[in-house]
Amino acid sequence: MVNPTFRITGLDAFYGNKHVLKNINIDILPNAVTALIGPSGCGKSTFIRSLNRINDLILTFRREGKVCYHNQDIYAKDVDVVELRRRVGMVFQKPNPFPKSIYDNIAYCLKVHGIKDKDKIDATVESSLKKAALWDEVKNSLRQNALTLSGGQQQRLCIARTLAVEPEVILFDEPCSSLDPISTAKIEELIHQLKQSYTLIIVTHNMQQAARVSDFAGFFLLGELIEFDKTDKIFTAPKDKRTEDYITGRFG
Amino acid sequence: MNKTKQNKIIDKCFGFLGIAATLFGLIMLLVFIIDVLSDGLGRINWSFFTSFPSRKPEQAGILSAWVGSVWTMFITAMIALPLGIGAGIHLEEYARKSRLTNFIEINIANLAGVPSVIYGLLGLGLFVRYLQLDRSVLAGGFTLALLILPVIILSTREALRAVPFSMREASYAVGATKWQTVRYQVLPAAFGNILTGIILAMSRAVGETAPLITIGALTYIAFLPQSPIYFSSGFPYLHFSLKGLFDPFTVLPIQIFNWVSRPQKGFFTNAAAGIIVLLGLTLIMNTLAIILRHHHQKKIRW
Amino acid sequence: MIKKKRKLLNLKETVIESLLFLCSFFSIFVTAGIVLVLLVESWGFFKEVSILNFLTDRQWTPLFINKHFGILPLLCGTFLTTFIAVLTAIPIGLISAIYLSEYASLRVRNTVKPFLEILAAVPTVVYGYFALLFITPLLRQVIPGISGFNALSSGIVMGIMIIPLVASLSEDAMHAVPMNLREGAYAVGSSRMQSALHVVFPAALSGITAAFILAVSRAIGETMIVAIAAGQQPKLTLNPLVPIETITAYIVQISLGDTPHGTLEYRTIFACGMTLFLLTFVLNIFSFKLKRRFQEVYE
Repeated sequence: MVNPTFRITGLDAFYGNKHVLKNINIDILPNAVTALIGPSGCGKSTFIRSLNRINDLILTFRREGKVCYHNQDIYAKDVDVVELRRRVGMVFQKPNPFPKSIYDNIAYCLKVHGIKDKDKIDATVESSLKKAALWDEVKNSLRQNALTLSGGQQQRLCIARTLAVEPEVILFDEPCSSLDPISTAKIEELIHQLKQSYTLIIVTHNMQQAARVSDFAGFFLLGELIEFDKTDKIFTAPKDKRTEDYITGRFG
Repeated sequence: MNKTKQNKIIDKCFGFLGIAATLFGLIMLLVFIIDVLSDGLGRINWSFFTSFPSRKPEQAGILSAWVGSVWTMFITAMIALPLGIGAGIHLEEYARKSRLTNFIEINIANLAGVPSVIYGLLGLGLFVRYLQLDRSVLAGGFTLALLILPVIILSTREALRAVPFSMREASYAVGATKWQTVRYQVLPAAFGNILTGIILAMSRAVGETAPLITIGALTYIAFLPQSPIYFSSGFPYLHFSLKGLFDPFTVLPIQIFNWVSRPQKGFFTNAAAGIIVLLGLTLIMNTLAIILRHHHQKKIRW
Repeated sequence: MIKKKRKLLNLKETVIESLLFLCSFFSIFVTAGIVLVLLVESWGFFKEVSILNFLTDRQWTPLFINKHFGILPLLCGTFLTTFIAVLTAIPIGLISAIYLSEYASLRVRNTVKPFLEILAAVPTVVYGYFALLFITPLLRQVIPGISGFNALSSGIVMGIMIIPLVASLSEDAMHAVPMNLREGAYAVGSSRMQSALHVVFPAALSGITAAFILAVSRAIGETMIVAIAAGQQPKLTLNPLVPIETITAYIVQISLGDTPHGTLEYRTIFACGMTLFLLTFVLNIFSFKLKRRFQEVYE
């Protein structure tokens, strides 16, 4: 039995008085893709945003229960949030490149971690853009403002940016929801490649996508984790009636 | 005539009335600018800028006034900018909702509405008397700094608020600290709008009269504050001095006020000429701010 | 593995955060400074002049041999000029706000608004000149009996100065009214004006009231226009054609003279300042609360 990357036990989350996650228990295994599906507003985004504590930015956010990363409670007092976020990268729903050049978008990530060596930065810019399958499209325009890229390119730049700081886990929060089908296919292909070296968690409300890319899948409904299992099990033989209803499109 | 048609006509009339009301103030300003130009433009020449005030209106100039204005503006900016921008950053990026934060916010909103002459009384009691700075450039600069502080805080906050949340998320997600996020992402993105706010605040400070009169800035000054850099024929030739900070001073709007309140007609012409200079400066600063804001809005599309 | 180790970085973050906090906390010192200075000096004043006397005496003659310290004439002058200013600014400002919010295209609105703000940016000493040397002579052609210094011309000019404040804040309030309210009005066949007056205006009323109160507060505290054009004669009168004196103009008058520090005359300006501060403070807080309530409803 492999040690889980994340072990979440009894996680409850609130925005103000709104109870958005109820008693979540889940193990996330390394070097696999875990997909979280469910109708919008079911808490799946809140869930992954709790894994790198980016939810801390929301003033009304509150949680109870434990999120352990390699057996360490990430909400413990002595945890360095910055270090946690470096190890657990995140790609957001809407591409959010910094309004700087493509090069500086990635260089910034290294700068915040104290890397100043020019050669090292150049090398990382190239390697992470290659890993994100963007290098060929932008290698001649690295000084161009990132906001001039297409939506799909911007999203791949955001992935490259995340890869640049060498995380172990990457969280994807509906990374394709604002992209066209061709860009979506590229990102999915990329996710497939990244699986070799990273632990990936992807939130999506697109069930075909979940079926295509993931090894494990969890179904969220109204803040509860209804079912969690191997992806093919969830899609072929769900145990819960509600999961079945959702994946067969009876509601959602 | 049916009701709908009647409504349409009323609607149209009201539209015209609206345009008239909107343009009213601007037209008044235009009329006034023409009036002032016709009164004072003839008086503006090189010696008007290089002469001290005088009992004879034809010989009087605004030298001590504009130099005093430059001095006070410099001190005002040195104090108000770091404090104001710092406070803006704290309230917008760092402060958690708490009673203290709420109190500070209400307090700043209230400070923004305190009449300028009250800041003069504060300056008089605190800087001139208590800290014994006397009627110096320093006391004047400090007073104006406190006056524009809330303006700078409020405009900084507004500028920071316009930076999308996703930008902060992106920065935190790659493991940046709070200050790194603010320093390298949020501040550069908000820079244009912060600058606009600074220019507007400084343009307000340039025109302020009442608080400086209250702290006792003089109305008749025939000398300049000691220059911060001056030369001598003997060693070491080049000198630096901050003594000028403690010299008495006057500023452009006070000089204008002084001339307006004289009974002789000749001084009114001087006042008009002074107003052309002051108004020109304010209008340029404001136009600059408008252009800057417009340019900034166009440049960045999130 | 993810325990805190970068001590130096964390120290830097803490230092920066503390410095920034001090910056915003500094604003409390400013308020405290204002209140303290006003309290200390007016305390000295009220030791010699009773508050009752200050509030009820009908004369203000601190510089005469026969001294009277009744704030009423100064208050009267202040309210008179403020009243005239508000009477000028409110109708023009409101009509302009309705036009910009309900009639004008977004383009026009976004172009015109910053230019209106220029009106508010003109130095007040400039407006004073305008009142004394342009408006008063103009008024004299219509009202021959008007004095060279009077409340009317300074009030009108002050009104012109606060038009942008009224227009801009009321426009913000009306602009914040949700579109579906207007759609409701249009759906039953209202004209623009009917929708503006019967639906948008009432919905934005508390926001507009906040703008109105702020305008009053601004007019009460305005100094240079009245110091230049309204005169220096504290009088208990509602006649806008004769010289009067406002609280602010009195402070300027004393500051220009050589009143020695520590005398009763010197302290009068702080007693006046205290009165002024309390007046504007109450109005500002009231306006702030109203505006907040309005924002809570629509945002």
